[in-house]
Amino acid sequence: MKARKIITFLLAHLGMLLATLLVLLPILYALLISTQSPSEYYAFPPKLRFGSDWLENYSIAWQQAKLGRLLLNSSFVAIAVALGKIVLSILAAFAFIYFDFRFKVLFFVLILITHMLPLPVRIVPTFELIDQFRWVNSFNALTIPFFASATGVLLFHQLFRTIPRDLADAAVIDGASPLQFLWSILIPLSFTNMAALFLIEFIYMWNQYLWPLIVANFERTRQIQIGLKLLIATDATIDWHIVMAGVMVALLPPLLLLIALQAQFIRGVAMQQEK
Amino acid sequence: MQFKNKWLPYILLSPSLIIILIFLIYPSIDTFRLAFYRVAPFGDRRIFIGFQNYLRLLQDPDYLNAIVISIAFTAFVVIVGLTLSLAIAVLANQRLPGFAIYRTFFIWPYALSPAIAGIVWAFFFDPNVGPIPRLLANQFGTSLNWRADATLAFFLIATAATWKQLGYNIVFFLASLQSIPKELLEAAAIDGAGPPVRFRRIVFPLISPMTFFLVITNTLFAFFETFGLLHVTTQGGPGRATELLIYKLYRDGFESLRSGYASAQSIMLFILVALITILQFRYAQRRVFYQ
Repeated sequence: MKARKIITFLLAHLGMLLATLLVLLPILYALLISTQSPSEYYAFPPKLRFGSDWLENYSIAWQQAKLGRLLLNSSFVAIAVALGKIVLSILAAFAFIYFDFRFKVLFFVLILITHMLPLPVRIVPTFELIDQFRWVNSFNALTIPFFASATGVLLFHQLFRTIPRDLADAAVIDGASPLQFLWSILIPLSFTNMAALFLIEFIYMWNQYLWPLIVANFERTRQIQIGLKLLIATDATIDWHIVMAGVMVALLPPLLLLIALQAQFIRGVAMQQEK
Repeated sequence: MQFKNKWLPYILLSPSLIIILIFLIYPSIDTFRLAFYRVAPFGDRRIFIGFQNYLRLLQDPDYLNAIVISIAFTAFVVIVGLTLSLAIAVLANQRLPGFAIYRTFFIWPYALSPAIAGIVWAFFFDPNVGPIPRLLANQFGTSLNWRADATLAFFLIATAATWKQLGYNIVFFLASLQSIPKELLEAAAIDGAGPPVRFRRIVFPLISPMTFFLVITNTLFAFFETFGLLHVTTQGGPGRATELLIYKLYRDGFESLRSGYASAQSIMLFILVALITILQFRYAQRRVFYQ
């Protein structure tokens, strides 16, 4: 009986290891290739170990795609939009929960409706608008249109609803202004949600492709996902070791952020589920 | 108790509302308008042509092709992706020592971009050095080249997209599985229900709201977030074998500069989003079993 238990236990772990490999193997293999020389990864069956050329591969990728500049551009856009969305959604959710005013429902619907308007359903006029603003090849085009967030408003709306009303009553009796209440009570209670929203929006912006391709395919503003394409020559054979080095560099910032904010993200997921 | 202030709520809302009106509502309305025009040859002039863009769309074999491919692609991503994710999530949900570690790894692919997923799988399918064609060449002596083979190119983009979504799907399925009360399963076990019966009669109905949610998010992903994946790999080819609707929209709107024709395609996509939203509102809570 005991032996059977141990075998089931080992089988379960074996199954899990296989599942984890299935999910992670492609990216782990890409990591290995980014360190190998062509002759190492041309070999068949594949050599599943780190190669000798990692320094060379990464420096070639870095120079060829100007990865430094791309990282800077993408970081600026992702951080600016994530922060912008946090600020704007907190202000909006605060207005919805703690004030009575005309057109409240209309405004709320207007914000929710943006869920039905992903970029592809309005892409031509949005581009023409950006063109009229002379914003093509500018960071304005990559950031400002994304500052409003239905997801963010809903997230903070949900959170503020669960905060006891007595807190606001006490604040009013003590003579605190609404903004003081927001700043010293609500904001400190919102840090977990802010972290979750920051993570989601950072990754979303970092990984965007279509919009940056259309409005910012220039050296000054190019985003890292578009830059990776430059490493893939379409006519000649592809230098996969260089490409994978670029891929690893492009993947690292969102991955590190995800690992750092994993706990908050899971709690954010749990909240979304209760919606 | 509410705060009393006449202007403050409007001031608080104005940044969000201004951006939504300028960059979301106005362009959306303008898309409807543009879809009634075509650009005159040689010039910036726009000519009103009524519903012709829509009529032409429905007769355009390339557009019908893009619809068929998008549906097949979405079905693959949803069916293969969710089946695989659920199987892994059920496995990972066992309460055994050491299993918590695996669960933390599954979330990592969430950081991946569709473009990176495309690049990684383009390598795996690479005709010269890719492990998959080489394995098959060694075993069966066949040579595979997705740049020439339409079916293979389709499998390349479908596999890449499915894999990119795996982590996300597993994490959400796991969250749902972990919320099932243990007593329920224990009671069923005492009554003599084996694992397959428990899964079919208890687990599956209880996670159906999550399954529904994931069907929706994966469908939206397959239609709207896969442009980068295509652009770095097949670019819709060979021929138009992997041209999804989003890619055709880009080609017509930004390569051929047929803004009216592209706008009509945008409206078709909007109808799709609207239908999905209605579906979500109608069935999210009611039809699917909810505790």
